[in-house]
Amino acid sequence: MEVFFQTLVAGVLKGGLYALIGLGMALIMGVMGIINLAHGQLMMVAMYITFVLFHYLGVDPYRALPISMVSLFLLGIFIQKFLLNPLMKVESILPENQVLMTVGIGIVLTETARFIFSSNFRSVMTSYSTAVFFVGGISFSVALCFAFLCAILLTAGMFWFLLKTDLGRCIRAVAQDNEAARLMGVNAERIKVLTMGIGAMLVAAAGTMLMPVYYLFPDIGGPFTRKAFVITILGGLGSTVGAIFGGLTLGLVEAFGATYIGMDYEDMLGLIIFILVLLFLPGGFKRLTKV
Amino acid sequence: MLRVEHIQVFYGDLQVLWDVSFEVDEGRIVVLVGANGAGKSTTLKTVSALLTPASGTITFEGTRLDRAPSHKVVELGIAHVPEGRRLFPEMTVEENLIMGSLASEAKSKRAETMSRVYNLFPVLHERRRQPAGTLSGGEQQMVAIGRGIMARPKLIMFDEPSLGLAPLVVASIFEIIRMVNSEGLTVLLVEQNVKHTLSICDRAYVLENGSITMEGSGRELLHNEHVKAAYLGI
Ligand SMILES: Nc1ncnc2c1ncn2[C@@H]1O[C@H](COP(=O)(O)OP(=O)(O)OP(=O)(O)O)[C@@H](O)[C@H]1O
Ligand SMILES: [Mg+2]
Repeated sequence: MEVFFQTLVAGVLKGGLYALIGLGMALIMGVMGIINLAHGQLMMVAMYITFVLFHYLGVDPYRALPISMVSLFLLGIFIQKFLLNPLMKVESILPENQVLMTVGIGIVLTETARFIFSSNFRSVMTSYSTAVFFVGGISFSVALCFAFLCAILLTAGMFWFLLKTDLGRCIRAVAQDNEAARLMGVNAERIKVLTMGIGAMLVAAAGTMLMPVYYLFPDIGGPFTRKAFVITILGGLGSTVGAIFGGLTLGLVEAFGATYIGMDYEDMLGLIIFILVLLFLPGGFKRLTKV
Repeated sequence: MLRVEHIQVFYGDLQVLWDVSFEVDEGRIVVLVGANGAGKSTTLKTVSALLTPASGTITFEGTRLDRAPSHKVVELGIAHVPEGRRLFPEMTVEENLIMGSLASEAKSKRAETMSRVYNLFPVLHERRRQPAGTLSGGEQQMVAIGRGIMARPKLIMFDEPSLGLAPLVVASIFEIIRMVNSEGLTVLLVEQNVKHTLSICDRAYVLENGSITMEGSGRELLHNEHVKAAYLGI
């Protein structure tokens, strides 16, 4: 029973970070109508920023959080404004080509990281990286708990922004009906730029908070792009609430898979769930909740 | 107030509007009638700058619109109540109304305008927390009109507001349009409900296959033999 609860805790803590990753991906999918296949690579960039700040300047990852978030916000804005929006202006280019462009962006980011940092594994060893506390015989990683808390705060803040501010409503409006939003005076291109910035910023937060307990190498982006994709499919394409459930589900599936089936099956289980959802619940959790 | 001159509009290689010109004077109700596919919605979308004319000019109170971005058109005071209502289905009624009032002036008077809209359509006040996608067709049209009013525009354009509604609802929608006009709002109305529209308008244009083929007062057109035969079934 203890093992079960230990696994549950691990899954939920991980799921919180996954939710953050999925939330950004879902926003991008909703507003731009594309799958951002550079999502994990953006996270990788944020992780290297965190690593450099820690390793060379001695900045604690949690202090680096605003820096990596702002940097990735700007990188996201740059990508949308100069690499993706121009593709939409050419009518003969299919929307799918924007997705191909994100693949290219992901490759460029990965190879740039390899060029600068080589393929070596890196990590950020802080004083609290291995710290744990116990509640009723179950251990909690201090860093992961803190990351989970931050993820909840960021997610709640994001929902407040989306639901209660004019700018947030504009993002939802563009996602629901681009043309109607433009008739309301929304500058849809600017909203797309902003959304990509926000998506990159959220995944940056997840990456930075993972650093104290994770490792880093240039190719780490790919697996996380896959995870983000699975999360958004689980949640229902473009559904922000669904992405949170998708993130938690993936966290739990991976944790229970690792405990009861074997560490090596962690990634495969996520993809099995992904296929099952596509087969038996197309539309994801959104189908069940309608949000 | 609004002056459209010799616009040619294409969807890709397909030309849809041919040398279309018309004018809307301040305070009037001007109507654009025509059969399915004549290009009525295309005309309104071009005024709203969702489409760019290949040639020709559009001016609103002296400002050129034909190369302006769509958000600029809204800021200048033109609201567009689109065909098929086009509400934001997952937003509540109230949020849809808020979306109508994004420009700074409309935003500063948001609460005031909203209570006016609720006075106009009391049922919307009851349903203000309901997702717009779950309303009936008539209620959705009310939200669409209310959302247009929220912008506090100088000119409001309606694209087939009566489409798919029961006769009683249609009558009340036209009543509302007349009312907002009498309060000083200029109206450009696109309709297939020709008889009803011609009787409430000041000026009408007939659009056929992408060209304006006739214009005149509503009265004149109501008694025109071609209009009678083609649109009134007399
Ligand atoms: N997005 C589009 N791409 C290509 N052709 C289009 C597009 N939208 C409209 N058309 C064509 O342009 C012509 C005019 O369409 P438009 O929607 O302006 O007609 P309408 O007068 O509003 O008709 P209705 O009364 O049915 O709404 C039609 O022949 C239509 O098929
Ligand atoms: Mg039409």
